[in-house]
Amino acid sequence: MLAPPPIISVSNLSKTYGSGFKALKGINLDIKRGEIFALLGPNGAGKTTLISIICGIANLSEGRVTVGGHDINSDYRAARSLIGLVPQELHTDSFETVWATVSFSRGLFGKPKNPAHIEKVLKDLSLWDKKDSKIITLSGGMKRRVMIAKALSHEPQILFLDEPTAGVDVELRKGMWDVVRGLQASGVTIILTTHYIQEAEEMADRIGVINKGEIILVEDKAGLMQKLGKKQLTLHLQQKIDAIPPALAPYKLHLSDDGRLLTYDYDTKGERTGITSLLSDLRNAGIHISDLDTTQSSLEDIFVSLVRAP
Amino acid sequence: MNYRAIRAIYLFEMARTWRTLLQSIVSPVVSTSLYFVVFGAAIGSRITEVEGVSYGTFIVPGLVMLSVLTQSIANASFGIYFPKFVGTIYEILSAPVSYIEIVIGYVGAAATKSIILGLIIMATAALFVPLHIHHPLWMLTFLVLTAVTFSLFGFIIGIWADGFEKLQMIPMLIVTPLTFLGGSFYSVNMLPSGWRTVTLLNPVVYLISGFRWSFYEIADVSVGLSLGMTLGFLAICMVLVWWIFRTGYRLKN
Repeated sequence: MLAPPPIISVSNLSKTYGSGFKALKGINLDIKRGEIFALLGPNGAGKTTLISIICGIANLSEGRVTVGGHDINSDYRAARSLIGLVPQELHTDSFETVWATVSFSRGLFGKPKNPAHIEKVLKDLSLWDKKDSKIITLSGGMKRRVMIAKALSHEPQILFLDEPTAGVDVELRKGMWDVVRGLQASGVTIILTTHYIQEAEEMADRIGVINKGEIILVEDKAGLMQKLGKKQLTLHLQQKIDAIPPALAPYKLHLSDDGRLLTYDYDTKGERTGITSLLSDLRNAGIHISDLDTTQSSLEDIFVSLVRAP
Repeated sequence: MNYRAIRAIYLFEMARTWRTLLQSIVSPVVSTSLYFVVFGAAIGSRITEVEGVSYGTFIVPGLVMLSVLTQSIANASFGIYFPKFVGTIYEILSAPVSYIEIVIGYVGAAATKSIILGLIIMATAALFVPLHIHHPLWMLTFLVLTAVTFSLFGFIIGIWADGFEKLQMIPMLIVTPLTFLGGSFYSVNMLPSGWRTVTLLNPVVYLISGFRWSFYEIADVSVGLSLGMTLGFLAICMVLVWWIFRTGYRLKN
């Protein structure tokens, strides 16, 4: 069976700014319909540039982008109608009311008036009691939700969230993710960038990593964790030792400076982790342990190691 | 055409006008009334008739044009500059709208506002001086054409400007002098012949002359030339706007 066509297809996309800076270098990326895709990358990696091009805010230099099968340049109306964008910065019309600004967005996208839909969006985002307030009177977190409401006002099939939870407190962030999950359940495709890697780890179906204008990895989150996930076993010793006995050399153990902790890296994917034999070899070497714990490398560790790699 | 988008932008801009009613309507009306009091009543009574009409009456079309020109530029330039300044332009750029729709929305609202303003000023003038409009339809034509043309011009300034200083610079340093020297307060025929020739290089002369003709059938230049120059300037502005959107100049990086 053929895979369904991607909802967004980016091929060979490059962007060179007037200054000569190459922000994107030959990006190829397909976004599947209905997924939550997290785009990770350090500051200046090209995340926002990529989103800006797909949404029509910046011109591309080379390559092609289609949204729902529509070319973003030759068929921009059809392409942009499908997209709701929540940019990183809080750009709002300070003197408008919440209701007016959200209704304006719906009109701008060519949709007929639908107060019931706007009401639902505002209620979902806990903004209903603020609908007649001027935006200037709202807190930062509320302004962020107003921007999400604007993006959802025209019932988009794709939602871009550029750093949506920057500056949003923990409770609101959870509420926001509930909304995102609800949107996904209703069939909306979501592309988000975030600095909170645990968020991507928790929310995303797939993860892409971008660095210096190049996509260096796109992977199912589970596969990524599996592929790159390393576990670490830490052994707390009853008595300090000065050096690792030669008999234990094959395990490539690391001894802490105070001589009381031994760490052992192993691969969860491996057929044999080697833990059992390590423990018996330790006993044979006369080393007794008082405690042990294991940690799994997080997406953040994976991310850092990818981006730092030469 | 995305008519709903045009409507949304237009109503958004008009809402801004009503929100700032004092600044956008009341203050130009007050300042124009001051001109009537000073030039029409105080000084005007000492000036003989100009080409058969009293001086106070003579300056009405020029004063209306002065307000329409400056307000069209101010409204339209601010209307598009402000979203650029606060960043809300992202939404316009990412919406399924063509540049023609964006221009109709912004320029239409700015022009509407200055047309309303022009009519209010005429009504105010009628309180001070007797006012006859010989060719109401031509009067409206010149009023609408001028409002649209200079709103387009303001739109271009608003896109070009990357700071509030630039936003003010063109209206203050170029448009206001051109309007004052364009025959708002005098007939070009009153100038010495050398200056008359220089004055004919000023595009505003043609606007005011044509507009004044529609009131009193007196004109510095022929009506056809006035109309032609106005349409020519409109065309130049349209080409500039087309170029701006085609290249993304100062809108898309």
